[in-house]
Amino acid sequence: MEKETFTISVYSENNVGLLNRISGIFLKRHVNVESLNVSKSEIDGVSKFTIVIVETYETARKIVGQIEKQIEVIKAYFHTNDETIYQESALFKIKSSLLFDERQIQNIIKESNSEIVTVSRDFFVLSKTGRRKEVNEMHSQLEPFGIMQFVRSGRIAITKAEMPISTLLEEFNLNK
Amino acid sequence: METLKAEKTETKNKKTMRISGAEAIIHCLLAEGVDLLYGYPGGAIMPVYDELYKFQDKLTHILTRHEQGATHAAQGYARVTGKVGVAMATSGPGATNLVTGIADAQIDSTPMVCITGQVFRHLLGSDAFQETDIIGISTPVTKWNYQITRASEIPEIMAKAFFLARSGRPGPVLVDITKNAQLEEFDFSYEQCKGVRSYKPVPKPEISAIDAAAELINRAKKPFIVFGQGVILGEAEEELKALVEKAGIPAAWTILGLSAMDTDHPLNVGMVGMHGNYGPNILTNECDVLIAIGMRFDDRVTGRLDDYAKQAKVIHFEIDPAEINKNVVSDVAVLGNSKETLSLILPKINENKHEAWHNKFKEKYKIEFDEIIKPQLNPSKPGLTMGEVLKEINIASEHKAVIVSDVGQHQMFACRYAKFKQSKSNVTSGGLGTMGFALPAAIGAKMGAMEREVVAIIGDGGYQMTIQELGVIFQHNIPVKIVVLNNEHLGMVRQWQELFFERRYASTVMTNPDFVKIAEGYHIKAKRVSERENLKDAVQEMMASKDPYFLEVRVEKEDNVFPMIPAGASVSEIRLK
Repeated sequence: MEKETFTISVYSENNVGLLNRISGIFLKRHVNVESLNVSKSEIDGVSKFTIVIVETYETARKIVGQIEKQIEVIKAYFHTNDETIYQESALFKIKSSLLFDERQIQNIIKESNSEIVTVSRDFFVLSKTGRRKEVNEMHSQLEPFGIMQFVRSGRIAITKAEMPISTLLEEFNLNK
Repeated sequence: METLKAEKTETKNKKTMRISGAEAIIHCLLAEGVDLLYGYPGGAIMPVYDELYKFQDKLTHILTRHEQGATHAAQGYARVTGKVGVAMATSGPGATNLVTGIADAQIDSTPMVCITGQVFRHLLGSDAFQETDIIGISTPVTKWNYQITRASEIPEIMAKAFFLARSGRPGPVLVDITKNAQLEEFDFSYEQCKGVRSYKPVPKPEISAIDAAAELINRAKKPFIVFGQGVILGEAEEELKALVEKAGIPAAWTILGLSAMDTDHPLNVGMVGMHGNYGPNILTNECDVLIAIGMRFDDRVTGRLDDYAKQAKVIHFEIDPAEINKNVVSDVAVLGNSKETLSLILPKINENKHEAWHNKFKEKYKIEFDEIIKPQLNPSKPGLTMGEVLKEINIASEHKAVIVSDVGQHQMFACRYAKFKQSKSNVTSGGLGTMGFALPAAIGAKMGAMEREVVAIIGDGGYQMTIQELGVIFQHNIPVKIVVLNNEHLGMVRQWQELFFERRYASTVMTNPDFVKIAEGYHIKAKRVSERENLKDAVQEMMASKDPYFLEVRVEKEDNVFPMIPAGASVSEIRLK
């Protein structure tokens, strides 16, 4: 079976040890995590992990089963790229002098729809949000001029399908 | 702890008492019905031991001679009683010594709560004396774990620990408690945990799945049941028997399913897996419907997966959704507790006999009997076999004993030849294969079932891994019967070296001490047998003893366990020699 990109979304209790528990599930199976993001979710007190892996459907399904088995995990889903709306963010730190010396830089900023976050005497910071491909493109355009620092975030994703976590939580409460 | 908020408000009106965290731990244990625990004291758990001293009329603490022994004893207790076993240790090495038993309990779904002491909260992360990150270390091998750093957390975390250990698919839970939390005083009240948000212990059975399974079973010409420990954990022994008898389906067991069904039942066709019986393995690849009940298709059961029951429709009765389609893809998955799902399907099953199909098992049994079983149980050659020792134990115990086996050749002989009438009678380390399991597990098993005979069957290798637990047996006069089948080798590894490594016996020849003298050093009655003519009497004498008894049997040194499915081979390729 061919490998493809899957976005795993995990809704969980906000628990200190859970990240360790979940990362162990990938470690045990030698599955590389392409990106990981943890944030609050749409529900008060519920955290959301967004994990990207490149794996076969079967491996992704089994991993999600193991994640969902963890006590503090409310529900875990996995989706293909087509089933999600997803973005990444990146920050570029660049020498301020280039802004004046290299015309091209201003064009790159405009065309990439990136934002200047801050400008100081020595450097300025560009922020770009978009697909991985767009961030990569911008990176390769800026690279020849010299990038002082670069960082890219993990993927964040929203699914097209519904994730009925609130209903699930109500069911859990009823089952007590 | 968001998860227990609902319960918390309820308890506000409860009567409280102002006590230390350490005393609170004792009250939690008592509230959970614990009257026995195993452990080993040390600096970071001393406040709790001080309370154990005060509560010794209500709570028996058994000092094992190593923390690993405490976990296995707790496991043995849990396996025969169905209750939660409890083990306690100090921080650092005390905690890390628990890890093998915890991993064993995790893979064999044994309910266990482990309590470890931890350094003071303000010392966490400072590399303090006997500080270790036991939460980090135990995470992959626990169902759940938690570090308590304030006394006020103790009641709800302890309640949650017991609830999680015993509910759904059981497993080990570790609670690590910093020393300051043991010393602090707080207003204690206790409420048992009834549920945890985000955790669904038992999936609700779907009637459509039950119907689909019933239809497959009713249409089947050659149905075959393989049952595992899920039947024992779900206490579904009666329901399993009813299904087997009503539908006339031959039933085989995994190593942990053993004793869920009378071994002499005419439709009990034996063990599946690497050293299982010939018929059930071969016929796995001939059945038309494979009904798996409370088992997880371990690789030792399935052999090569892409040649496992490919011709059959597979029905999987299982409590853990993560087990569905993990190793073997099922046509129908019936989620739920086995007692409930089997009860639901039973009225929908047609009566049947499947005589021709059952006769196939009898034919295969005949082949195995002539080739393997007969020479094991009634050998004509000199040199005692492990099988004949088991036969004598069966005779003396009238199939009523709890058999606790260690890991290796003797374990396979014990599971192949021991006879059982009663469930929860076979205690062995199945998934993890932990040598050293049996001696401490037998202590726990005996203390959990004092009215029953408990016989530990151990090899000379595994025996020496936890031999120090003889001290517990001696100190408390725990009347377990210890049988060491001594072949002066690490027999199973030696067998593989013989078969697959051209007899290069690397580090498998044992130079053993005088086991009888060692037992006698612990003031345990001990005997050695090396001749066939003395075996029966020796076993009878052991079984009749009211006190602990040690019996060393010098068996044939280079005997092999057969049948055998070589690693990586298909169940059809099972070898008789």
